[in-house]
Amino acid sequence: MTLQGSASAVLLAAGCFFVITGGLGVLRMPDFYSRLHPAAKGDTLGQVLVLGGVAVHLGAEWACLKLLLVAGFLLLTSPTATHAVARAAHLAGSDAEPEA
Amino acid sequence: MSLLGATGLAIMLAIVLYLARALAGPTIFDRILALNALGTKVVLLVVVLSVVSGRTDQFDIALVYALLNFVGTLAVLRLVQARRGA
Repeated sequence: MTLQGSASAVLLAAGCFFVITGGLGVLRMPDFYSRLHPAAKGDTLGQVLVLGGVAVHLGAEWACLKLLLVAGFLLLTSPTATHAVARAAHLAGSDAEPEA
Repeated sequence: MSLLGATGLAIMLAIVLYLARALAGPTIFDRILALNALGTKVVLLVVVLSVVSGRTDQFDIALVYALLNFVGTLAVLRLVQARRGA
């Protein structure tokens, strides 16, 4: 097992763990404000780890720069979008009524 | 099963979980949250599938869809806000 292979395996496994727990958390949390936490934090970290794992798996190629660009963009915009959802829900009323 | 294949399956499982929340969420904001997260998982799935199939030029699709997903989420939030009269 080469160093590159094992490093990408560790990154991909950790990324999969955070991606699955993010999805499970959003499904299973009791109310809206607690569902924001797994969607914002675990989700974003899982994305960065998976993209980093894929970039390490590819090695030294120009395509890895595109992956880093995608990862950087997702790192910036995924928490921003979740914050926008939280702010909109808060402005709509502290318990946003069902079926807008 | 290769590790990238397992990663693809894990991302697909997360997509199903987010889809369940998008269908079941009692408020509109639950659905918007779940659909935004689902879109970012689709970006990851496109990257993983393009590496598995060997064509790494499909990373551009992932980048464009990441941008579209973000702008779309903000647009839907603005629409919901306008519809409420806020």
